[in-house]
Amino acid sequence: MTAGEPAKVAGARNAAVQARIPLSVKPGYHVNSNTPSDEYLIPLKLTWTATGALEGGAIAYPKPTMEKYEFAEKPLSVYTGNFELVANFKVAANAPAGPGAAVGKLRYQACSNKACYQPKTIEITVGYQVQ
Amino acid sequence: MSLPRLSAAFATAILLSCFVQGCSSGPRTVRAASVKPAQDRKEAPEFTLKDADGKVVHLADYRGKVVLLDFFATWCGPCKIEIPWFTELERKNKDRGFSVLGVSMDDEGWEVVKPFLVELGVNYRVVIGNDQTAQLYGGVDALPTTFLIDQAGKIAAVHVGLAAKKDFEDGIQQLLSPTPGGIKPDQAAVPVAPDRERRPLPDPLPAFAVRAK
Repeated sequence: MTAGEPAKVAGARNAAVQARIPLSVKPGYHVNSNTPSDEYLIPLKLTWTATGALEGGAIAYPKPTMEKYEFAEKPLSVYTGNFELVANFKVAANAPAGPGAAVGKLRYQACSNKACYQPKTIEITVGYQVQ
Repeated sequence: MSLPRLSAAFATAILLSCFVQGCSSGPRTVRAASVKPAQDRKEAPEFTLKDADGKVVHLADYRGKVVLLDFFATWCGPCKIEIPWFTELERKNKDRGFSVLGVSMDDEGWEVVKPFLVELGVNYRVVIGNDQTAQLYGGVDALPTTFLIDQAGKIAAVHVGLAAKKDFEDGIQQLLSPTPGGIKPDQAAVPVAPDRERRPLPDPLPAFAVRAK
């Protein structure tokens, strides 16, 4: 899976801003959704490690698809192809004007129809501008 | 047809039959497509890992046996398909010089692996793997990755990803049979290196192709 560069967000103090994080899974592969179908499966999860002048950062995960694979009896809750995570921030009331960045870690675990790959963590950076 | 010509035709038929089916008077020999010829096999790298009881397990402990070495993880769906097959293979062949050895690649260790093994009714030994062991076996990026190791401790077959149950069954039968493809018991009595040092493969394992079936 690869993460595209999120568009920079901008807002005044106390404003709500949304960051869109584009993700892409190679054809023939899938990643578990944030709510996998089996307790042993590893969910996709974005956790912020530093948000700078932004507060919150609750993630809205897209609706997963239920796909049937050769290795599973029941359809699995997965993401395939291109999709987006949306992070909802609020600019802090005392935020200094100027640029900054929120940094997070995205953990995911991918499989094909025949094999699964070790869980990976990639860094996500959302640039912002306090107006 | 004259008697000599009839005899020649009969002999030809027998030869053809032998060519197609083999001339052994014993049971038909199973030949698994995935099993390499003995001369092409490389030494399985030695490792030392711990089982669920904390006992140290060396691969060398299994010398003289056919070993199915399965790298798996609890979060790996295809692994969950194969593990019941391996449980069955262990039950059917454990008295014939065969063992399954599972290597879990779960970072969380026994906390997640033990309940998983209970849930799946696993009847064979499992150890917790690490990156060092995985590197010795070519990285093991994809799970399941399964190695079939002969009695002399050499890698006879590699399956990356979900394979066919029959491939495992045939490979094990072939290696357990005295010849061809298997190793005779007297040939398997290779002394274990006294220092039990890990011996990395001389070059990268060649057969890391996904067997898509």
